Amino acid sequence: MVSFLGQVRADSSQQGDDVEALELQHYAPLTLPGMEALARDVLGRWALDGLLIWHRVGEMAPGDPIVLVAAASRHRRDAFAAADFAMDHLKSESWFWKREKRAGQWAWVEPREQDYADLARWGQAGV
Amino acid sequence: MMARLVFLGRLADLAGGAEREVAPGSLARIMADMGPELAQALAGPRVRLALNGALVAGDGLVLKAGDELAFLPPVSGGSSRSG
Repeated sequence: MVSFLGQVRADSSQQGDDVEALELQHYAPLTLPGMEALARDVLGRWALDGLLIWHRVGEMAPGDPIVLVAAASRHRRDAFAAADFAMDHLKSESWFWKREKRAGQWAWVEPREQDYADLARWGQAGV
Repeated sequence: MMARLVFLGRLADLAGGAEREVAPGSLARIMADMGPELAQALAGPRVRLALNGALVAGDGLVLKAGDELAFLPPVSGGSSRSG
C-alpha cells in the first residue's frame, strides 16, 4: 500500500516571510463530487484493492496535514502510479483555493504552470 | 425572491464578500450592474461558472429566483510546495 500525506510547509511558496497559516477554501457542490469522480477515474485505470483520498479545508498551521492519498494494490507499481495520479489531479484540477498568511497578510496562491505540467505527465490538459 | 452569486478565491476579495444577493435576470444585466473592475475579473477567460452546482457557459445565461451562480477562479489547491 502506498500513501502520501501532504502537510503545510513553513517556508512559503513565494519568496519572503514564512507561512504563518494556510487556508483551503472549497465549493461544496463541486469539490466532493469532483474528488469522487477522480477516485472513480483512478479505480478505472489501475487494479486497486483500495483507494483513499482525503482533503481538509479551512485554516491550518505549518505542520498540519492537508491531504492524504492512499492506494492499495497487489502490484506495487499500480499503487504508486495511482497515488501519484490522484495527487497530481488533486493539486491541479480539484475545486480548492488556497491562500497563505505571511507577516499577518493573507494572499491567494495563484496556480503554477508546474501544476498543469504535472497533468501533462498523464497526457491530459489542465482545467 | 432573489438569486445568489457566490465568489470563490480572490474573487471574493474583489467583490467585497463571498456571497451577494441580486435580482433575477440575465447575467449580462447583472454584470452590468457591478463595478467595472469586478465585472472584468468575473468575465476573465479562466473563470468558470457553476449554476446550482453544475458547470455552465456564461453566454446567454439567465438567473431565476433561487438560483445560485458561483464564479470559480483558477483552482490553486496545491501550487505551493506543500506536496
